[in-house]
Amino acid sequence: MISLKEKRWIPFLAVILGLVAGTLIVILSGRSPLIMFATFIKAGTGIDLLKGGTFNPRLVGEFLVTTMPILMGGLSISFAYRTGLFNIGAEGQIIAGGVAAIGAGFFIPIDNQFIHSTICVLAGCLAGALWGLIPGLLKARFNVHEVVVGIMLNYTAMYSANWLYKQMPLNQMTRTENVPVSATLNVDFLRQLTNNSRLHLGFIHVIIALFLFWLIIEKTSFGYQLRATGFNKEGARFAGIKVKRNLVYSLMIAGAFAGLGGALLTLGTYGYGRVITAFDNVGFDGISVALVGGCTMLGNLFAGLLFGLMKVAQPALQIASIPKEIGDIISSLIVLLVALQYAIVLYRNKIRDWFKKARGQK
Amino acid sequence: METVIEMKGITKQFPGILANDSIDLEVTKGSIHALLGENGAGKSTLMSILFGLIQPDSGNIKINGQEVKITDPNVATRLGIGMVHQHFKLVHNFTVTQNIILGAEPCKQFGIVDLKQGTKKIRELCKSFHLEVDPEALIEDISVGQQQRTEILKMLYREAEILVFDEPTAVLTPQEVEDLMKILRSLAASGKTVVLITHKLKEIKAVADVVTILRRGKVEGTYKVSEINEKEMAAKMVGRQVQFAAHKKAQKAGDTILQVENLTVLDGRGIERVKGISFDLHKGEILGIAGIDGNGQDELVYAITGLLPVKSGRILLNGEDITELPVKNRFEAGLGHVPSDRHRHGLILDFLLKENFIIHAYNSDFAKHGLLDEATINQKADQLIEEFDVRASLGRQTITRNMSGGNQQKAIVAREIDRSPELLIIVQPTRGLDVGAIEYIHSRILEQRENQKAILLVSFELDEILALCDRILVMANGEISGEKKASQTDEKQLGLLMLGHKSGETYDQP
Repeated sequence: MISLKEKRWIPFLAVILGLVAGTLIVILSGRSPLIMFATFIKAGTGIDLLKGGTFNPRLVGEFLVTTMPILMGGLSISFAYRTGLFNIGAEGQIIAGGVAAIGAGFFIPIDNQFIHSTICVLAGCLAGALWGLIPGLLKARFNVHEVVVGIMLNYTAMYSANWLYKQMPLNQMTRTENVPVSATLNVDFLRQLTNNSRLHLGFIHVIIALFLFWLIIEKTSFGYQLRATGFNKEGARFAGIKVKRNLVYSLMIAGAFAGLGGALLTLGTYGYGRVITAFDNVGFDGISVALVGGCTMLGNLFAGLLFGLMKVAQPALQIASIPKEIGDIISSLIVLLVALQYAIVLYRNKIRDWFKKARGQK
Repeated sequence: METVIEMKGITKQFPGILANDSIDLEVTKGSIHALLGENGAGKSTLMSILFGLIQPDSGNIKINGQEVKITDPNVATRLGIGMVHQHFKLVHNFTVTQNIILGAEPCKQFGIVDLKQGTKKIRELCKSFHLEVDPEALIEDISVGQQQRTEILKMLYREAEILVFDEPTAVLTPQEVEDLMKILRSLAASGKTVVLITHKLKEIKAVADVVTILRRGKVEGTYKVSEINEKEMAAKMVGRQVQFAAHKKAQKAGDTILQVENLTVLDGRGIERVKGISFDLHKGEILGIAGIDGNGQDELVYAITGLLPVKSGRILLNGEDITELPVKNRFEAGLGHVPSDRHRHGLILDFLLKENFIIHAYNSDFAKHGLLDEATINQKADQLIEEFDVRASLGRQTITRNMSGGNQQKAIVAREIDRSPELLIIVQPTRGLDVGAIEYIHSRILEQRENQKAILLVSFELDEILALCDRILVMANGEISGEKKASQTDEKQLGLLMLGHKSGETYDQP
């Protein structure tokens, strides 16, 4: 067994080891790891150490824009996982949320941006929740595994969304017109503040979502039932908890979190709907975030920022003539190391024993 | 007399606990040597070290006078050490012979398994050690006692000279226990050495020559069984005097609380497990359900608690029909349930202790506007911990998984009794617990009886049933094979009823 204390330090150790491995790979490929770290710092804080510490707020804005949807994916996966479910359908729920938000943007005529954008965001949450309801119901009624349904629904969502987008005002075959400004989350104030980045009001929604996640899971009696179900389904059933109903609710709420992520992506990052031929992987990145973040609110926040950074830094790495894949390599190594937590503890114990013995022999 | 096992200064440290603290153990060839101790006293650790499953931090082991290093179970087997685990390790759709020869198959040319030769050798072993088992029967078709004999044969087939038994009687009926005792004696008589891990004093008295008592990882002493009585053994094992017989006051049963009428229940696979059972249970009464595991007791309990649907028949609680009610509503109607499997069913092991206390009332007593009310939860947790003497290293904040079995069980009993249910269903309340914890839990159950609660006690331990119950129903094959007053029956008669002999008629009163 791994103790709670160990569970907390393992992700940090994994991040350090991941960065160390990334450093070694960069050295082996004949590039400077210092430039790599400087690029990461630049992408995360906007401060360019290689150019005498110049500050560009646009980079911070873009960093947050990239992070927000991934973070929402993480929250979605985490919420379901705390109930013992693997919401691999988050990707599809994100797409469903995105298309619903854009649809509400085009077809609900309201001029007030606060009201209109809020309605669009809620439409996204609702669509995500409905997309989560399907695997939830199938699981509760027929005991169909949520992973199978989720994967299939990811494709269903993608192709349906593509068709739906094509029914909307089209700009080109691959994207819709820009939604009316009142539906978007973009405000000039943030744009000016961050030197024309795409930073949008979505960060407020993310903060609310983080708070709600924490409140529901840790503090409410509803969350208590979900956690009981997640830890021990049979135990929960013996105590009279309505396990099946909770599974459905859990996947719906997880879907709503993912749907919000999709709405932020379409209403905030882009401002239009995109006809896509392959997944954005935002939901799948969310799996990594949830795993590294240990499915807690704070863990998700940190892990989301980390994975957002690894993603947003890639173009900058390439410009600095460091292979951009290094970002993916580090992210994957971190995930791998967290997944191997039992092995990490095992080897740590072995090393400790070995030191003990070495000391004993002296 | 020749010493066959000699363990000296065995020490094993686990995180946070010194499981074995320089233990010395000497076992004489041809003897039956019992290892007695509470849960967590270090018996299993010591035997796991002997069997090579765990490496000691220090100390050495001599087998037949030769110093050995037992690095894994294969080494132990080569040294002639065999072990019968508490949970058998058998392949269910293999025959007895196939199970026994598995891993040591006699072969003809080209590596073809010679089943005939294996069967022949096993028949010889059965004969010479008086073990009754059909080598050609499938494991799933034979009784638990016969499965255990298969495990014993497995060791004999590998020519083990030292046989370690880990709590061998936990799963047996009284008759099977007697048979096992005979087998143990015949093994010892033929020169084999038997090590018996147990916490049942009666069995030690019945069969063992020597007993080594462990307490908190240390040897409390080694005694000749003929020179020590049960009371002394218990005191040495627990470290204080133990009250044996649960003190049951005479009292009259009151109004009917539970009525079960013609109840028929199917299990998850659609097999009829409870076949038209009827009974009543009254205030201030403890009704025992005795029977061998798997004769419909689980399904009966699940039907009453709402975990399994009822096929036909009715269940009335306080005159109200609860046959169709969901689990939660039954709890609210005055039902309490201490399930047999505390890890899977009774507790959420990864929850904090305090979270486990509120599992029936997380949205009523312990919540305000849907938010958990931490102050009330903490207060309740501290109250129960204090009142029921639940020991946990971090108090209410302890992760339940890290608590000992006895304290986990106390936590469940505390939770259920505290709700003060009119009908308390208790299944196997003391399985795997040591004398001290058993004594405590029994006293709390009897206290509920004095408070005029109705209690349905399901147990495979006849001692427990006889000590606590007023009336006893025996279940065999989904039916009630007999009903007895606890004061007018005994283990032998109940044992026969458990095997399905209606009303124990083949039994002659001595």
